[in-house]
Amino acid sequence: MGFFGKIKEKLKKTKEAIAYKLNKLFTGGVLTDDFYDELEMALISSDIGTETVENLMDNLRDVIDEKHIRNTAEVKDELKKLMVDILDENPVPEYEYPLVLLVAGVNGVGKTTAIGKLAKKFKKAGKSVTIVAADTFRAAAADQLSVWADRAGVRIVKHAEGADPGAVVYDAIMSAKSKNTDVLLIDTAGRLHNKKNLMDELKKINRIIEREYPDCMYLNYIVLDATTGQNAISQVDVFNEAIDIDGIILTKLDGTAKGGVVLAIAGQLGVPVVYVGVGEGIDDLEDFDSREFIDAIIE
Amino acid sequence: MGLFGSLSEKLNHIFSKMKSRGKLSELEIKQAMREIRVALLEADVNFGVVKDFIAKVSEKAVGETILNSLTPGQQVIKIVNDELIALMGSTNAKLGVSSKLPTVIMMVGLQGAGKTTMCGKLSQLLKKQGKRPLLAACDVYRPAAINQLKVVGRSVGTEVFERGDKDPVKTAKLAVEEAKSRGCDTLIIDTAGRLQINEELMRELENIKSEVAPTEILLTVDAMTGQEAANVAATFNERLDISGVILTKLDGDTRGGAALSIKAVTGKPVKFCGTGEKMSDIEPFYPDRMASRILGMGDVLTLIEKAQSAVTEEEMQKLEKKLRESAFTLDDFLTQFEQLGKMGNLSEVMSMIPGLPNNMRISEKDVDEARIERFKAIIKSMTMYEREHPEIIKASRRKRIAAGSGTSIQDVNQLLKQFEQTKEMMRMMKNGKMGKMGKGGRRFPF
Repeated sequence: MGFFGKIKEKLKKTKEAIAYKLNKLFTGGVLTDDFYDELEMALISSDIGTETVENLMDNLRDVIDEKHIRNTAEVKDELKKLMVDILDENPVPEYEYPLVLLVAGVNGVGKTTAIGKLAKKFKKAGKSVTIVAADTFRAAAADQLSVWADRAGVRIVKHAEGADPGAVVYDAIMSAKSKNTDVLLIDTAGRLHNKKNLMDELKKINRIIEREYPDCMYLNYIVLDATTGQNAISQVDVFNEAIDIDGIILTKLDGTAKGGVVLAIAGQLGVPVVYVGVGEGIDDLEDFDSREFIDAIIE
Repeated sequence: MGLFGSLSEKLNHIFSKMKSRGKLSELEIKQAMREIRVALLEADVNFGVVKDFIAKVSEKAVGETILNSLTPGQQVIKIVNDELIALMGSTNAKLGVSSKLPTVIMMVGLQGAGKTTMCGKLSQLLKKQGKRPLLAACDVYRPAAINQLKVVGRSVGTEVFERGDKDPVKTAKLAVEEAKSRGCDTLIIDTAGRLQINEELMRELENIKSEVAPTEILLTVDAMTGQEAANVAATFNERLDISGVILTKLDGDTRGGAALSIKAVTGKPVKFCGTGEKMSDIEPFYPDRMASRILGMGDVLTLIEKAQSAVTEEEMQKLEKKLRESAFTLDDFLTQFEQLGKMGNLSEVMSMIPGLPNNMRISEKDVDEARIERFKAIIKSMTMYEREHPEIIKASRRKRIAAGSGTSIQDVNQLLKQFEQTKEMMRMMKNGKMGKMGKGGRRFPF
């Protein structure tokens, strides 16, 4: 038992412990080594990643020296400011219509759900929306998407399972042009990013959109699961190489995971978070608010 | 991102300052552990787990005698590696069997972990073992989840029991009856993905558990999960007393530190891994492979061991002497090829060398073992004098050697060229210029 028991005990209290420690840290007291250690741990436990945490801590120390900060409460504000700055550095795209949003990501992150929610969001804003089922790989993916299309009350373009995703996208573009559809939401197959075929497929879809629909505003979004750790960096990196990624949809933020890795991604790859998924309902997709997001990490 | 091999490089740097051999000192271990800590955190091992692990390993490492055959850096890695393997437990891919049929397997986990796909993989595995599985669809929340299970079931030739979106607890119970009446010996229940903090849905799982008394409750976890893995596993285990874990999506490039976190907080074994998109892509869990993956390095220790058993001390000294005297001959080249052969399949050996990122790893077809065999034949077709004085091998000798070894003159030229290159490389190594070779000065990490 020994080792396991100890950790179990520790983890049980992790959450309270962090909250307690941070509170203690931030409500006065001297800036000791322990203070910095605990702060670092809080950041790491939200998946921010050691490299970004180290940079943050270095910058924080500089700011503290510069401004002669002695009070831990002020340190908290400075740290938050530093973190918000990283996230706000890359602006979220401003939409123009007709708009094509391609949604990519590895399997299981919640792409299809995010598309359902996006459809509802645009519909609510008075736009005409068509969902494009370009995930012809996963069993019953188009079925799942149809359910979401029904819920959101929007059209869906789909082919049979195993069909060429490029052809689905082509059809959807033709139909969007003739019907003057405002928004096309393209669901793509969720496969691990180190699969070359998938990347080639995405590049092909990318080419078709650019060639067939040059007057639309075309953006590529990647969906990241907030419970994912440091591998999220690699996911964005690889997708970004295949198709330029314009933004992140961070899903499953309704759990206890903080999704701090997007800080590392914003810092290293310059990709902004656009939306966050905060629940299972169709309206549970919100515009990303960096301030709120950081407040959740540093309570 | 240079993750692979970076740990060994850093450790090498720390230990390069330490010339004397003997015991590991406290200060050195402290420095080394700082790097190990970063490596584990970058691999997404939970920070609490990392902290305890480091404390435990440090204690163990202080005063440890450095084995003759290892450098201090290798010694530390060996201790860390051994400890990781010990913690993650043994290979244990056995599924429990109930004395009262059917054996019930319940799949649980977060959304998107890969439960439904894993249901299909498990049932195919069971069928291979001669079992008759039945799948039960108890995910009534996600749109088309039942459909997906049906498609998966069809692809592995397993029936799916479902009742639409009716009460999943009752569906599970009826599925047991169904399995009995159909003469199925194993029932795999696919449940809806849920957050461990969703009280209502967690209670639903408890209810299913008490209705069907499963032999196995398998927590399916995405190998890419971050710090949260520990909390998820701890909660599921507290509520359901899970029997084991399945790690999915290990075919990605994740370091998979979640495996260690989960084992550490639950004490439950990882039984299987999902390693691909095909229904047959399911493997037993190998703690040793996982340990090197988490550390982000190749299987260094196996490589060291293999190298040691293949090359005798005496041979090494002989080679060293020759290098010193710059008397490396084709005959020595032949000995080298033979030693390589003794170490086993070349591509396997390459895969153990740390510092090679995955996409740089040499695949089976890149390492041309046939070519090495050809080289050996060519050298064997030379006279002893030729082997010692390769400069005398001109056109007519090349022709003879090619004919004698059943190769072409191009092959002979190639071998001679390679020999010259190797000789040059060894000369540089001797002069300590190795660091300047290759792109970015990548060197063998120890």
